[in-house]
Amino acid sequence: MLAYLIRRIAYAFPILLGVNILLFILYFKINTPDNMAAAILGEKRVTQEQIENWKREHNYHLPLFFNSKEKGVSMLTQTIFWQKSMCLFWFDFGKSDTEETLIGTELKNRIPYSLALTIPIFLASIFVNLFFAMITAFYRGTYIDTFSLIVCVIMMSISGMFYIIGAQAVFAILLKIVPVSGFDTRFPQMINFLILPVIIGLISRIGSGVRYYRTIFLEEINKDYVRTARAKGLGERKVLFKHVLKNAMIPVLTNVIISIPFLIMGSLLLETFFGIPGLGGYTIDAIAKQDFAVVKAMSFLGSVLFITGLIAVDISYTLVDPRVRFQ
Amino acid sequence: MKELLIKIWYNWYFQDCLTVLLILLLGYIGKKLAQREYWRLAFRQIFQRRLIRICFGVLCLYVAIALLDSIGYHPPMRDAQGNIQKHTESGKTLYDPTGLSVLDVILTPIRTAREKTYSAPLATIQFTKETFTDKNNQTVRGYPNLRYPGKHILGTDRVGNDVLYVALKGVRTGIIIGGFTTLIVIPFAMLFGIMAGYYGGRIDDAIQYIYTVLSSIPDILLIASFMVIFGRGLPQLCFIMGITSWTGLCRILRGETLKLREAEYVQAAKAMGVSNAKIMIRHIAPNVMHIILITTVLNFSGLVLAEIVLAYIGIGAGANTISWGGMVTDAILELARDPVIWWKLTATFVFTLGLVLPANLLGDALRDALDPRLRTE
Repeated sequence: MLAYLIRRIAYAFPILLGVNILLFILYFKINTPDNMAAAILGEKRVTQEQIENWKREHNYHLPLFFNSKEKGVSMLTQTIFWQKSMCLFWFDFGKSDTEETLIGTELKNRIPYSLALTIPIFLASIFVNLFFAMITAFYRGTYIDTFSLIVCVIMMSISGMFYIIGAQAVFAILLKIVPVSGFDTRFPQMINFLILPVIIGLISRIGSGVRYYRTIFLEEINKDYVRTARAKGLGERKVLFKHVLKNAMIPVLTNVIISIPFLIMGSLLLETFFGIPGLGGYTIDAIAKQDFAVVKAMSFLGSVLFITGLIAVDISYTLVDPRVRFQ
Repeated sequence: MKELLIKIWYNWYFQDCLTVLLILLLGYIGKKLAQREYWRLAFRQIFQRRLIRICFGVLCLYVAIALLDSIGYHPPMRDAQGNIQKHTESGKTLYDPTGLSVLDVILTPIRTAREKTYSAPLATIQFTKETFTDKNNQTVRGYPNLRYPGKHILGTDRVGNDVLYVALKGVRTGIIIGGFTTLIVIPFAMLFGIMAGYYGGRIDDAIQYIYTVLSSIPDILLIASFMVIFGRGLPQLCFIMGITSWTGLCRILRGETLKLREAEYVQAAKAMGVSNAKIMIRHIAPNVMHIILITTVLNFSGLVLAEIVLAYIGIGAGANTISWGGMVTDAILELARDPVIWWKLTATFVFTLGLVLPANLLGDALRDALDPRLRTE
């Protein structure tokens, strides 16, 4: 188990290095630090001297890969590639380009708020989606099934933006049931601000989730063991909830674990619309301000989470399915 | 060279040529596919359902609007008296730089019916109050009559443009975003996916590495950095969305090729000494076509929806392009007004749903008919 885990993590390293190099090319080769400084200081009326100052302040004045002025290890470490890209590996994100704050502390402060929004959405959507998918699979081929599938397709065809805008307009502005936006860090008051975004997040996921799980269940239903279970006289309900659900766990798990990055990255749109001070809002602000340091940090964090998810999927297989062994 | 390429990209004619070519290509592929028995059976089965016929009709209507909006000309500029303007020195006729498309010409009545500012759908008076002189030459404060009362089916926006006209102009942007991106996705995904699955070994590892790296970065951040670095615009948007979205199709194609590689007809072709390239083109590619078609149709709707979100974040097609995403972004501010201005949002909602829903339904029907593995009971 441990050897397997170590090997998987070793495989993850080249991928993260690839991500790092790709981001480096994008931010420092194609878009030079000079362009970046000019964009942040204001395109037109900026002198070369100001640009140089800004670069020195933010450590962008170093050479890209190799510093011939230094000696020993610092020939490699006193470079942009090391300081701005390799340092991401030990989660040293450095300073933000537009604000005087450390990205690391900012992330640490914001993650709880993102989680407060995404964990309820995440957990609730697993249960709700599985529940509805079971119902449609149970009533497969009937009008209930057809009707709910059409509803699912319609729900999938509506942009998430419309759910947010519509719900905010009706429940917050028109009916004034919940506050329009904002946040409260104290616990019971927090629910007031979170309830509407959580419901919207849930609803915008139902369409695709239910359809996906339904396909999984239907694939299982056609298998031999289901026929055997029916042949020995088990009721349809027992077949579905005891046998099919257990065997469908693997693809369900894949889908659940693969969406873990969503937990931390937060829901970009929900956070901006409802003023929740989480990572999503932070990222969107950074994009608007062209703060590449933050965007780069978030990209790296995102891919770390993605790869962690992939590894977690593999490990969970072995926990759920005894036939799968570590290889 | 770079300058020239940029010039060509931004040239109005070039993009439109591409759009027309793309739509012709679609028609050609459709006709070719219909000649094969397998596909003809599948299409016949799909089109037996009335719902799918309607969906297909609606999609054709959207494509037709995009096509009409892509064919156009530059009319000569006219002065206030209606005379054609000429260059003062050379005497050459001056042409309107923005150009008019066939759609613009067809929609002339609502295109030219411009109001001063907001008006509700089918209203006869302006939506906002202002001070004006009425019939009795008295200065009053109130809602002035519209210049074209009852003519705006979906109302007008802040600068007085007819919302229906703006939404119809957004059709072309939507189709281009879905279509061009797909045009980038398919060759990439086919080349890499089939090669990875067929050769295996080192090539497979390398290709898997590339797409794992690309898909591990959150799409929205990659798109955002790209758009900020290369500037906002429709071509850039299509390009970067293509880069971020080919990985999904590539993965599916790789898996399918892995299976096909072991199929008897591929083994037979190998035994007969057919070259690898030929096996991939003649024997494997046609047998993954159904997957490409299904994925493309379903991806298309995702791309149209993604544009709305990207436009809101400020990394959409840019301010010069009329797009549904831009309209939604405007509409958000309008919703905050009191009384609420709801018609622009509603119009965009209806127009996007009208494109995305038929595409999703058609994609589902295609999947049921062409991919027996995923067929639902």
